[in-house]
Amino acid sequence: MIATFIPPEKLGTPKMSDTPWELLPTASNHAASLDGLYVFLTIICGISFVLVIGAMVYFMVKYKKRSDNDKTSPLTHNGKLEFGWSAVPAVFLMLFFVWGELDFVKLSAPPADAIDIRVTGQKWYWTIEYPGRPVAATTAALDGEVAPLLIVPLNQPVRLLMTSKDVIHSFYIPAFRVKKDVVPGRYASVWFTAIQEGTFPVFCTEYCGDEHSSMLAIVKVVPPDQYEEAVRAATTLEQGEGETVEQFGEKVYKSFACNSCHNTDSTIKVGPGFGGVFGKTETFTDGASVVVDENYIRESIYTPNAKVVAGFTPQMPSFAGQINDEQMNALIAYIKSLE
Amino acid sequence: MSDDSKKSQSGAQSGAQSEAQSEAHKPEPSYLTAQRGLMSWVVTIDHKRIGLMYLTATLFFFLIAGLLAITLRTELFTGQQDFMSAATYNKVFTLHGAIMVFLFIIPSVPAAMGNFVLPLMLGAKDVAFPKLNLLSFYIYCIAAVMLILTLVLGSLDTGWTFYTPYSKTTGTAVIMATMGAFVAGFSSILTGINFVVTTHKMRAPGMTWNRMPLMVWALYATALIQVMATPVLAITLFLLVIERTLSIGIFDPAMGGDPVLYQHFFWFYSHPAVYIMILPGFGIISELITVHSRKHIFGYRAIAMSSVAIAVISFVVWGHHMFVSGQSELAGIVFSFLTFVVAVPTAIKVFSWVATLYGGSIRYTTPMWYALVFLWTFTIGGLTGVYLGTLSIDVHLHDTYFVVAHFHYVMVGGTVVAFLGGLFHWWPKMFGRMYNETLGRISALLVFIGFNTTFMTQFFLGHQGMPRRYYAYLPEYEAMHQVSTIGSWILAVGLFLVLFTLIHAIKYGERASSNPWNAVSLEWHTASPPIEHNFHTTPTVTGSPYDFPEIDKTGKH
Repeated sequence: MIATFIPPEKLGTPKMSDTPWELLPTASNHAASLDGLYVFLTIICGISFVLVIGAMVYFMVKYKKRSDNDKTSPLTHNGKLEFGWSAVPAVFLMLFFVWGELDFVKLSAPPADAIDIRVTGQKWYWTIEYPGRPVAATTAALDGEVAPLLIVPLNQPVRLLMTSKDVIHSFYIPAFRVKKDVVPGRYASVWFTAIQEGTFPVFCTEYCGDEHSSMLAIVKVVPPDQYEEAVRAATTLEQGEGETVEQFGEKVYKSFACNSCHNTDSTIKVGPGFGGVFGKTETFTDGASVVVDENYIRESIYTPNAKVVAGFTPQMPSFAGQINDEQMNALIAYIKSLE
Repeated sequence: MSDDSKKSQSGAQSGAQSEAQSEAHKPEPSYLTAQRGLMSWVVTIDHKRIGLMYLTATLFFFLIAGLLAITLRTELFTGQQDFMSAATYNKVFTLHGAIMVFLFIIPSVPAAMGNFVLPLMLGAKDVAFPKLNLLSFYIYCIAAVMLILTLVLGSLDTGWTFYTPYSKTTGTAVIMATMGAFVAGFSSILTGINFVVTTHKMRAPGMTWNRMPLMVWALYATALIQVMATPVLAITLFLLVIERTLSIGIFDPAMGGDPVLYQHFFWFYSHPAVYIMILPGFGIISELITVHSRKHIFGYRAIAMSSVAIAVISFVVWGHHMFVSGQSELAGIVFSFLTFVVAVPTAIKVFSWVATLYGGSIRYTTPMWYALVFLWTFTIGGLTGVYLGTLSIDVHLHDTYFVVAHFHYVMVGGTVVAFLGGLFHWWPKMFGRMYNETLGRISALLVFIGFNTTFMTQFFLGHQGMPRRYYAYLPEYEAMHQVSTIGSWILAVGLFLVLFTLIHAIKYGERASSNPWNAVSLEWHTASPPIEHNFHTTPTVTGSPYDFPEIDKTGKH
């Protein structure tokens, strides 16, 4: 079995609801009104369904064939009835439309004082960057898995400014009722004010390839006074006290989601496995070959498509400007240590 | 309509009553036996034989794509990866969708069933262009081969929607697959042209537009959409292929293209295509409900006109697939409004079918059971469409299982259920044999239970946030996924029973009379199975196709 970036069962977010009948947590300013409309729709649609199917069942029983001499009604149409059952649904439909439209307009207009957070989608993880912080935010999920982490302060409007490096993704926070496609080559934005503390899952909802299902993230709502501290902690990627350079390298490997494409043994995933790769001779698509050393690894991370190993396609994004020198050194040490 | 009804006598739809008698005197072989040998099928221009060939091909692909669906559901039984890798899962759901849409649903009712019944219902000897009809079948076959070839060429993992830029970057089988869909489109266009001309020019004497069976209206409206919308898909897919092969930036942002433009083009076809899939189902239901409840259809004009209204409005609602795609908010609002507009004619149809049952004498035959199952499932499909048309709600539900459930309620609960009902209804006409009524009814029950168990749960999954196209998912969704998977197995059993019942009927069924349902429309006024040229003499029409002898004209009702 191939390991994935975050196997969904290891995301480690608490269950959003206990039964399928329940509504999800109303964790953002948008949620309550949307749930209200959802319940209203459900009641009206439920009544309509009962009326239509009720009439059908009643007729089914009442007008069951009795004998071969049954006579049936000559009724062919009824103008008033037909007008009625066109007009009444039309009124309700307009009600739904207007309510949905008003909330949608609200969803599309972030307030001026919203905090901006940058979100970048790529196969198959999210990079979440805060203004003025050098590293993308991550957190440990279950069993040593590392998940991208979006930290937002309670009761403060936040705008996510999102783009994609490769294909279309979609950023979906069910507990907040917000979703927006993240399209390469342009910025998409979505805004909300979190109104409930807690951690909630984030899904990618636009199909984006092999590990679409594992393109998960966590959103964590913290009290405003803990926000700065939480962001700092989540965006720090340094060698800790008593940590070997290889251990730190492994953290880097997971934080930048190298594991979404490269296995730690020699098996192939999307790209070549790292096990035993150091010192190996690799042949490229153009026929040239090189022995894997520190410089080759560094080049492969900063300008990945300069040399593509034969049998693979050039699809790795560049990490130039994202991985600093200490992290690079640790990452190389870690790759060296893999067999 | 009422004028027609008053004037007409029972059985007034045709002058073929005498014909049925004369048949006894000079027996003529049926279309199945008039000519023998493989070549007589391969180069046939008989619409009935072409219809059967289409039927065989579409049912074959229904079987394949259905088995793929069962595989998917079985993988989803647990939240973890079970027996398929992520890449395999993605290929399987892509093939399931692409085969179901392009090789089954789109051609199933119009090309397979429509080919068989349209000329018969119109009292014609054949479609307007019989050779074009055969050509469209072979084009369909070429498309099918191309889509199957993608399996050999490294397979396809884009989803049936081929969204850019993903479809630009993934394996090369995309070119073959999109060209396959491109070719399938031409088959669809040719069938559409044929049916439009046939409906306009080949109606039997006396069959005014208001005396056409509603199945004909539905096929006609469908044909109009096929002719007008499919070229847009063709050009879209062609642009995709040009972009991939010649590196001309159209949709790929890396080359200055716009990926959202692709979605606009794609849905400009694919939303009307949804109605290509469902309108013929509406037609079938109108026939089944009237014939098996012995009642004139309620609101003939409203149902006929709503088919045309749906066909027209369906061209301007494509943006409701793109509320969260980054299209402008104003566009979203306009598309949402138009989507609600299209809900009205759809509601009118459902109400009219239910009202048709009023005062009837309902026979609980298998086709009738399928029609009633349709009313249940399609009503749910339609009502949940209202949720998705509502802007703010769609933001939450878009690309979740709610959408999956909704379109399966419409496409399977609607079109497929209607198609099955239609198969049982016209099977005696096609093969001159009755099916086993008990087995047929059990199959309807199994399909009903299996279908609702599979897809009802998915509305809840979707509302709980479960995204679509996931092969692995959070543990909290597992229980509902398991219910859904078990439902899919029941549904599969029901469908296999349908297959068995129908094939069993061909071999062992009782001989069917020319008009086992006592229907009025013209296809029942020729032998079962029909003779090669359909009618001995051109029938003439003097009244409504729903003027059953049981209808009480004395005014007591």
